[in-house]
Amino acid sequence: MSDDHDHHDGHDDHELRVSKIRSGTVIDHVRGGQALNVLAILGIDGSDGEEVSVGMNVPSDRLARKDIVKVEGRELSQDEVDVLSLIAPDASINIVREYEVVEKHRVERPDVVEGVLSCPNAECITTGGEPVTSQFEVLDDGVRCSYCDTIVREEIASLIDT
Amino acid sequence: MRHDHLITSKQLSRADIETVLDRAAEIDADPAAVADRHANAVLGLLFFEPSTRTKMSFETAMKRLGGTVIDMGSVESSSVTKGETLADTVRVIEGYADALVLRHPRQGSATMANELVDVPLLNAGDGAGHHPTQTLLDLYTIRENAGLDDLTIGIMGDLKYGRTVHSLAHALTNFDAHQHFISPESLQLPREVVYDLHQADDGVRVREHDSLEEILPSLDVLYVTRIQRERFPDENEYQKIAGEYQIDLETLEDASDELTVMHPLPRVDEISPEIDETDHAAYFEQAHNGVPVRMALLDLLLSENGGDHDE
Ligand SMILES: [Zn+2]
Repeated sequence: MSDDHDHHDGHDDHELRVSKIRSGTVIDHVRGGQALNVLAILGIDGSDGEEVSVGMNVPSDRLARKDIVKVEGRELSQDEVDVLSLIAPDASINIVREYEVVEKHRVERPDVVEGVLSCPNAECITTGGEPVTSQFEVLDDGVRCSYCDTIVREEIASLIDT
Repeated sequence: MRHDHLITSKQLSRADIETVLDRAAEIDADPAAVADRHANAVLGLLFFEPSTRTKMSFETAMKRLGGTVIDMGSVESSSVTKGETLADTVRVIEGYADALVLRHPRQGSATMANELVDVPLLNAGDGAGHHPTQTLLDLYTIRENAGLDDLTIGIMGDLKYGRTVHSLAHALTNFDAHQHFISPESLQLPREVVYDLHQADDGVRVREHDSLEEILPSLDVLYVTRIQRERFPDENEYQKIAGEYQIDLETLEDASDELTVMHPLPRVDEISPEIDETDHAAYFEQAHNGVPVRMALLDLLLSENGGDHDE
C-alpha cells in the first residue's frame, strides 16, 4: 500500500496541511465534504477539549478530493469504524502511537448499525418515546430501519443521532 | 416459522402458510373438534387504536377454542392516556396472558413489543406497516376460490397506505402468482415494498398499472381496497380519482366468469352492492374466514408453547 498517509517524513505536500498527531486516530480518504459528518458520527464537537485537525477537499490520488480527520488521544473502536463506513466507505483508519502508525485498516460495511442513526419516519416506533434502540440494516445502496422498513439512500449523515 | 410470534408476512414461508391454511380448513370443517382445545388459555388483546372487526374476530377465535380473552379497554380509558409506554404495557399484560394480540398506530411497534415479551405475539396491524393475520385470511380465501398456483391477481386502490396490500403482496411471492397493481400514481405501492418484491422474486411477475381495463380479462382475483377521502386535500380531486377505481357490473363485463372479487372491508363505494349477489363476490366470505384462520394460528401458537405438543 502506498497511501500518502504513511509519509510522515514531510515529503507529502498534502500531509502538511494538517498537523501530525502523537497518539490517536487518523481517518483518511474520507469523501470530500464529509469530514464534519465523520466528527458528528463520532460525537466529537471539541467541547471536551479534544485536539482535532480537519483537512477538507485535499487533493488525493485515490479520490479526486478527500477529507482527512485527525483526532489526538483517541483510538476508534471497531463499532465506530463500522458506522463511519456508511458515510465514508473508502476511508482508511490509522491508529497512531508515538507518531508511528501501528495499525491501519479500511472500513468495512457492517450488516446492521445500532443506536447511531435516527429513523426519519415520524410514525416509526423508534421515534415515539419508547425505550428502544434504533437499528438499521445496511443495504448495498443505503440503510433500512429494522422496525418500520423505511429505506434511506441519500443524506444518511443527516440521520446521525447526536 | 418459529410458532411463537407473527409480526410480518415476510417471515412466512410457503410451508408456514400452508400449515396455517390447512389447519384452518380442518377447523372450518369441524369446529366442534377444537371447542375445548385451549380451555385454560388467556389471550390478551392490546388494541391501541380502534378496530372492532379484527378485535372481535380474535375474540371469537379464542372463545371457540375454549379460551378466554382479556382486554385493556379503549385507549381513552387505559393507562396509555397517563403516558405509559407500549413497552411497559406489554411487559405488564404478558404476565396475565398466554398470548398477546397487538394493534398499534406506529410502524414497527409489534417488532419492538416482540423483543420484550416471552409469550407469543401476533401483530394485528402496526400503522401503515404490516397486518399478517389479514394476509393469511386473504390467502385462505384466494386458495378456496381460485387456488394459489398459476394465479393472476389484480390488487387495486390505495396501495400506498394499505398495509393489507403490502403484507399480501409479499406473501404471494411464495407462490406462482402474477401480481398486477392498479392505482392512481399518487397512491402507488411504496418503493420499499417494490424493493422487497423484487428481492423476493425476479420482479418479472410484478407489474404496476394506472387502469384496470387492460388487465381485467386476465385476472383470476381482483382485490379491491378503499381510497380514503382524507388522503386528498381537495374533495374534487378525490371524487375524480376514486371514481376511476370503483367497480360495478358494467366494469366487470370484460372479466372472466370465474373472477373472484375480494376486499378487506369496510368498503364505502368502491364495490357496487349489485356485485354482492353475483358469484364474483367473496368479501363477506373473506371476512368470515378470519375466525377459522385466527383459530388455526392461535392453536399453532398455543400448542407450541402450552405443552400439548401433538403436531
Ligand atoms: Zn423506522
